[in-house]
Amino acid sequence: MTIYIKELKQSAKSWLIWTLSIGFMMLICVMMFPEMESQMDSVTDVFANMGGFTAAFGMDRLSFGELMGFYGIECGNIMGIGGGFFAALAGISVLANEEKERTAEFLLTHPVSRDSVLFQKLMSVFTQIILMNAAVVGISLLSAVIIGEEYKMTEFVLLHAAYLMMQIEIGCICFGISAFIRRGSIGIGLGLALALYFMNIICNISDKAESLKYITPYAYAEASNIISEAEIDMKLMWVGIAISVLAVIIGFMKYLKKDISA
Amino acid sequence: MTVIETKKLTKTYGSARGITELDLAVNEGDFFGFIGPNGAGKSTTIRTLLGLIFPTSGTASIFGKDIVSQKTEILRDVGYMPSEANFYNGMRVRDIISLSAGMRKKDCSEEAKRLCERLDLDCSKRVDELSLGNRKKASIVCALQHKPKLCILDEPTSGLDPLMQREFFGILRERHEEGATIFLSSHILSEIQKNCTRAAIIKEGRLIALDSVENLSKTSAKRVTLHGVTAVPEGISVKSAEVSEDGVTFLYGGEIKALLSAVDQMPITDMTITEPGLDEIFMHFYEKGGK
Repeated sequence: MTIYIKELKQSAKSWLIWTLSIGFMMLICVMMFPEMESQMDSVTDVFANMGGFTAAFGMDRLSFGELMGFYGIECGNIMGIGGGFFAALAGISVLANEEKERTAEFLLTHPVSRDSVLFQKLMSVFTQIILMNAAVVGISLLSAVIIGEEYKMTEFVLLHAAYLMMQIEIGCICFGISAFIRRGSIGIGLGLALALYFMNIICNISDKAESLKYITPYAYAEASNIISEAEIDMKLMWVGIAISVLAVIIGFMKYLKKDISA
Repeated sequence: MTVIETKKLTKTYGSARGITELDLAVNEGDFFGFIGPNGAGKSTTIRTLLGLIFPTSGTASIFGKDIVSQKTEILRDVGYMPSEANFYNGMRVRDIISLSAGMRKKDCSEEAKRLCERLDLDCSKRVDELSLGNRKKASIVCALQHKPKLCILDEPTSGLDPLMQREFFGILRERHEEGATIFLSSHILSEIQKNCTRAAIIKEGRLIALDSVENLSKTSAKRVTLHGVTAVPEGISVKSAEVSEDGVTFLYGGEIKALLSAVDQMPITDMTITEPGLDEIFMHFYEKGGK
């Protein structure tokens, strides 16, 4: 527990900045909805004439005139990019930073097994992601109360469950990669999250790239699918869970046998 | 009882050398010096013993336990001070000391307080604001606060001022008297000679000497000083010769009779033969390429 608490304390400032930033943007977005709703006719026309761009962001299946549709598109992108980046940074730096900052020697010469260190660090990544999502959900619910609207709760819960799983998957993949690298972690983490995000956009635009949906976690967190079907594509999510578990196992296997650089 | 034992311990980094077939034995109660210049393999040996890196071949044990499979048990009774002390930026000294104790699941607050007072360490400072010397002091507290049975210290005095070095060795000697085994890696030979009971010399990853400091100093090489002459004797092999106005001094490792014959015809006014210092022994070992 000592390392878990240390990790949470160390990342508290970063967590707060990311959570407040994402939460604030969600709040602004939801607050914009009443104005958007009143301009619905012109907005719909604009989006209808955007061709592939409309499909890329799932706007062909969601209505901007409804809070849930608007929330799925706008807030989905904020959670997708912001949440994905946060999860990537939390996961990628958790092990690599110990060697980059040369603190691994201090940490690993205490009587704590490496698997315990890894487990506590992984739990701290999960905790940060879960707490960030909980805070953002709270802010979203509060925003709806402020504008006097209500979400469709089933879709809202499913959407946020999918975002949470998506971020956990990105966190797990980055955790696995973190075991292999010693420096340059931020670039790799952000690059990976961005690549996965664009994979989903490509997947939405082109049928030929459909197989990418099995790779990117953004596919099962696609708001247009979840809101229009009122369900998560569990087949894709199970693939995501399998990738997450595999990434963590590979990360453990590597780190347990890794020579720690001086 | 042997506290540290390595058998043909080898560590390579790809094609690069680390340590080669190292056979080392440190006994309980030893104040053991591990001598070698930078890059000789001292830190590699220590990092392997502590489980930071894995041996390529050979075995090593501490307290009779295997360093790979029983690392966590071993580390409970080990205090380690690295050559470069790095801590988590943003944390305060007291948090680092408390984190170290927390990872040992021990309340070491009283001993930590005592050590901080002796070392004049300000616990309220953030670690990223500390000078090298103060980081070293924080590292000493982390390594010693739980009163380990074995202290492994890698170049511990670099960055400490002479007063603090004296205080540090005072603390180490107290721990030694209380029964702790001290393993001190250093290239400062005077501190090994002054403090250690046994020592090993490592050269290019291989152990070239292991004995008591007293016996190491009694090697066959002697420091010979001749007064009244300004040239080294001819016909004998000498090393580290230095000529001054007063005379000539050199290291000689051969037969005394041959030396006396060589100086017999020289106009010397005085001659002294003394045991060389450990630094000279070290150079002797290095120049002749080991025993």
